[in-house]
Amino acid sequence: MGSSPLLKVQSAGIQFGGLKAVWDFNMEIHQGELVGLIGPNGAGKTTCFNLLTGVYVPTEGDISLEGQRLNGLAPYQVTRKGISRTFQNIRLFNELSVLDNVKVAYHSLAKHSIVSSIFRLPSHFSGEKEMEEKAIEFLTIFQLEPYLNEKAKNLPYGMQRRLEIARALAAGPKLLLLDEPAAGMNPQETHELMELIAFVREKFNLTILLIEHDMKLVMGICERIYVLDHGQLIAEGTPNEIRNNPKVIEAYLGEEAAESHAES
Amino acid sequence: MEWIQQLINGISLGSIYALIALGYTMVYGIIKLINFAHGDVFMIGAFVGFYAIAGWGLGFFPALLLAMAVCAVFGVLIERIAYKRLRNATRIAALITAIGVSLLIEYGFIYVRGAQAAAYPDVLANKNYDLFGIQVSSQSLLILVVSIVLMIILHFVVHRTKIGKAMRAVSHDMEAAQLMGINVNTTISATFAIGSALAGAAGVFFGVYYTKIEPLMGVIPGVKAFVAAVLGGIGIIPGAMVGGLVLGVVETIVSALGFSQWRDAAAFIILILILLFRPSGIFGKNAREKV
Amino acid sequence: MKKVKGFWIYVVLSAVIYGVIQLLINGGILNPFYANTLIFIGINIILAVSLHLVIGITGQFSIGHAGFLAVGAYISAIITMKFQLPFPLALLAGGIVAALAGLLVGIPSLRLKGDYLAIATLGFGEIIRIVFLNIDYVGGASGMQVTHLTTWTYTFICLFITITVITNFTNSRHGRACISVRENEIAADAMGINTTYYKVVAFALGSFFAGIAGGLFAHNFYIIQPGNFGFLKSFDILIFVVLGGLGSLSGSVIAAILLTVVSTFLQDYPETRMIIYSVVLVLVMLYRPQGLMGTREVTDLFGKWKGAKGGNSYGK
Repeated sequence: MGSSPLLKVQSAGIQFGGLKAVWDFNMEIHQGELVGLIGPNGAGKTTCFNLLTGVYVPTEGDISLEGQRLNGLAPYQVTRKGISRTFQNIRLFNELSVLDNVKVAYHSLAKHSIVSSIFRLPSHFSGEKEMEEKAIEFLTIFQLEPYLNEKAKNLPYGMQRRLEIARALAAGPKLLLLDEPAAGMNPQETHELMELIAFVREKFNLTILLIEHDMKLVMGICERIYVLDHGQLIAEGTPNEIRNNPKVIEAYLGEEAAESHAES
Repeated sequence: MEWIQQLINGISLGSIYALIALGYTMVYGIIKLINFAHGDVFMIGAFVGFYAIAGWGLGFFPALLLAMAVCAVFGVLIERIAYKRLRNATRIAALITAIGVSLLIEYGFIYVRGAQAAAYPDVLANKNYDLFGIQVSSQSLLILVVSIVLMIILHFVVHRTKIGKAMRAVSHDMEAAQLMGINVNTTISATFAIGSALAGAAGVFFGVYYTKIEPLMGVIPGVKAFVAAVLGGIGIIPGAMVGGLVLGVVETIVSALGFSQWRDAAAFIILILILLFRPSGIFGKNAREKV
Repeated sequence: MKKVKGFWIYVVLSAVIYGVIQLLINGGILNPFYANTLIFIGINIILAVSLHLVIGITGQFSIGHAGFLAVGAYISAIITMKFQLPFPLALLAGGIVAALAGLLVGIPSLRLKGDYLAIATLGFGEIIRIVFLNIDYVGGASGMQVTHLTTWTYTFICLFITITVITNFTNSRHGRACISVRENEIAADAMGINTTYYKVVAFALGSFFAGIAGGLFAHNFYIIQPGNFGFLKSFDILIFVVLGGLGSLSGSVIAAILLTVVSTFLQDYPETRMIIYSVVLVLVMLYRPQGLMGTREVTDLFGKWKGAKGGNSYGK
């Protein structure tokens, strides 16, 4: 890990009014890693994602991707710099077709202007054609090509999750943030999801940061884990280290359990 | 000295706005609906007062109470017939329905009665009192005093009674309130009843003060009262009162400076400045969509 | 390519509609009353489609559209009446100044959402009206005299351009960006869409065509007054879009045609007209809130040229 990290977060934090939601948040993620961010409910995990993606502007600290500062950039700018995400509560473009959902993600990669589209200049046709071909190719990888014309809202739940991940990847991220991708899934679907994550990581040579409640999933696929509690990092390490960290056990199970765990 | 007189005029106008704004703010607080028809409830109140005084020869206070009662019933009916089904509809559908209801009341009323204006009967002998060299009309004073009394009663109802507590609970979290055994329908109806009664009172005051009423009279004061509600922080009761008063005073000042043609624009400029720089209003807290 | 073929069907169909009606007018078969109604329908369609772009496609709830109609009307009237310049130039200038007004209004207010945006645009619309009310150069409250210059040909050309431009815009990456803002602004932002930019673009483009409609509107009467552009006018336009179905261009066109016809026949009974309007509006919102067409388009029903869609299908 001698090389410079892909993502570097230095004592970032945010206050809402007088309330500190997250503070002194430090994180380094290197190219190719699969890192987990866990913590009890309300620990501030999604807030961290919102800080990383520009939804919230950090009131303190620094966030940088490949050495470029991200603080103060709007979410769409952060995405163009190379961080894209999925959402805890699925946020697809419901009335758009599966294909168009992915085309939206390709938006900033295409170059034809509004004028060329209005006057249907050649650049419009070539640009749109390229977007469509890319999107279809992409959806094929995700086995979503049978549903190209289906409205996103008509897909079954598991497919919607899959489409959301596909859409996030289509935006061409260097770092992918997945916010509870397994939420609401049954064990079978969770298993498929784990395989999908492993597959895209391999295929796109991707770096992934993942928020997850499902401990089995996190411990199973993440190489390193950060633990957040009450807006603060309390531990960082390999799954094994985290599993035996008394602070983590305390955060999850309360003090008594931690004591009994230590005794046993 | 003339300035102080203008200020008093502004406060009288402002208290009318404040009374209407209260209904807007209470309804918005509880069901997140901009009740466009509220300005028309105000108009109905003015006409009920008019018929009570001119037709039946009632005095000011009986007419006022009658107008408030009729408007309360009317407000509840509007909610039950048109808005109740919209609780789970999109905000846009709700807003458009409210616009539709407003147009229906206005033009339905014109259809029945005709569009001509009516001169409000002179029910309160207007005397000018000389207070330390300032001319104050008895009407202004009465309107101000009665408005303040109504607002005090409202404050009492909202903070000290069971229904008030229910209203606050429902506006905070409708589902949780329902789970705690609060009858949400009754509470919403009560909110419409109280808000509409206040608008009815404002209608009678408006008639007495400006002496001319007509079926479309509720449109502009209605929108301005909404501005007042936004100014104070929508959903916040003291905010509506302060917002109404501020708006009334500002408008009077704009007129007094010789820009009476721009009076209506002043309200909208205030609205836009507030929305742009402090959308939560003077007393509001910031809330944003959860991601 | 089917898409291109569909486009030519559209062009030919438009030319036929135009030609037939122009012949009927020239031949005296359509009396001036009906000819004028057709012009009025054309203007209303332009208004409906321009607002459809803002509300239906981009999801920005603007209820002050009459303000931009007013800007177009007054600017074009000034150009023909005060400067004696040609009508087409006046139309264009009206559109451009309305678009600038749209930028002026849109840039600050499009940060607002939902109800707040609605109220802000209503406020801006009223301010525009009050400004014209207070400018003596354009006659203040008593209004401004305008020559009758609007013809069926001008109306139809403007209508054709409006529909073509807005359809082409909608069916491109730019239109999809706008729809993504409507569907889920936070997700659009996270997909790299500059949401503010597209909201402002849609708003300005919508204002431009409202301004064009204003020019036609002004020169279809003998006088324009600030009172013509109050928020009742804005509501009229809003009703076309909502009844037609938010997101459906053909829906707003159909609604504009139907309602213009209805209100023409009821023009001697304005109260009845408003009562019918409002009852229909309330009933539709209660029982069919998605409007006449939902987000579908007429062309989807025929499955042919899937050009003018609100983004729910795509032609291949």
